[in-house]
Amino acid sequence: MKICVTSQGDNLNSRVDPRFGRCKYFIIVDTDNLQFEAIRNPSIDAASGAGIQSGQLMASKQVKVVLSGNIGPNAHETLTQAGIEVITGVTGSIKEAIEDYKAGKLKAKDGPSVNSKFGISGK
Amino acid sequence: MIISIASGKGGTGKTTVAVNLALSLDNIQFLDCDVEEPDAHIFLKPEIKTKLSAHIPIPEIDKERCNYCGKCGQVCAYNAVAVIPPRDDGKGSVLIFPNLCHGCGACSLLCPQKAITEVNKEIGVVEIGNSGGIQFIHGRLNIGEVMSSPLIKQVKEYINPTRTVIIDAPPGTSCSVIASIKSSDFCILVTEPTPFGLNDLILAVGVVKKLKIPFGVVINRADIGDNKVEDYCQENKIPILMRIPFDRQIAVSYSKGIPLVEAREEYKRELQEMFNFIKEKYGNQTHRHDTYAF
Repeated sequence: MKICVTSQGDNLNSRVDPRFGRCKYFIIVDTDNLQFEAIRNPSIDAASGAGIQSGQLMASKQVKVVLSGNIGPNAHETLTQAGIEVITGVTGSIKEAIEDYKAGKLKAKDGPSVNSKFGISGK
Repeated sequence: MIISIASGKGGTGKTTVAVNLALSLDNIQFLDCDVEEPDAHIFLKPEIKTKLSAHIPIPEIDKERCNYCGKCGQVCAYNAVAVIPPRDDGKGSVLIFPNLCHGCGACSLLCPQKAITEVNKEIGVVEIGNSGGIQFIHGRLNIGEVMSSPLIKQVKEYINPTRTVIIDAPPGTSCSVIASIKSSDFCILVTEPTPFGLNDLILAVGVVKKLKIPFGVVINRADIGDNKVEDYCQENKIPILMRIPFDRQIAVSYSKGIPLVEAREEYKRELQEMFNFIKEKYGNQTHRHDTYAF
């Protein structure tokens, strides 16, 4: 199964990025064999709708679960419509996040965790 | 001629200058384009005679026709449309985010399936009236709406070229300011002699230069702070049109909604002189009334 973790760097030792729409990298990992693809976020500087664009990217990559620090309302709606599970409050390294997810330690919450434009201030 | 009043920094005295300039001259049309927080009516006390609903067109998807090709999402410059292609269960969806939509119409124009129609969404109102001999128009953006520029453009559709038009712009240097001051014949930048005032003045000067609008500076609370605004204007050959002192009587009358020129008649002459200077120097330029839209 493909899951995506928002990341501050391009490998499994990088830290989880607390933002979804404007994170630096998306690391898409196959949980079966830990093979991964790091995608530099093309929407990081979008004037508006970064979360919506990033959500569509997840859908096009057939991601089933997104792990991140926070998710805004527009991104949450896009991901939910695409049938993607959203887990927020994730910290630490990408590797730890994936291990925690596989161990069942991370649980999805209902609704977005932050308001629109949250990711802009932390740029 | 069209004179706009802008500032960069908020709270420097745009409305004070705009309102009192209007009250010092004849044959005026006054436009309050600070549609998120219009306040000129507090001083001009206009009698509103017409109230018009302002809309932007937003897309509506015909699910029968849509084949989730994604064109609408690709052409939307504001990411207001998301297309989720059909999954294994055959269900796709198109999400519209009305708060991001600028109403440009690209999605409906370019949809290959002709599956998009535009429906009107109210964003605010335009109110038109009179304050003595002044024609008064302002826009009020609905609470929770973020698209101020379309409403500002709708306010500016009522510009009356037979009058001297005074436009009170919002603070800042973003889209709403550009929509307000664009196609003015002259822009008055109101600032204060503080580091914040100077910082934001420099940004505002960048905007008016880019828009090729002639401009000058009014320094409000001119006897506080430091000399750096004066030095900056001198170095860059920017005319200082007027200096308004930090005066308790001005503040007291302002707090009661009494215009400066009523509390201190002598400012009427100063404002008239400023207008005459602007008119003589910049009043005979070609008018650009045909270029409001952008």
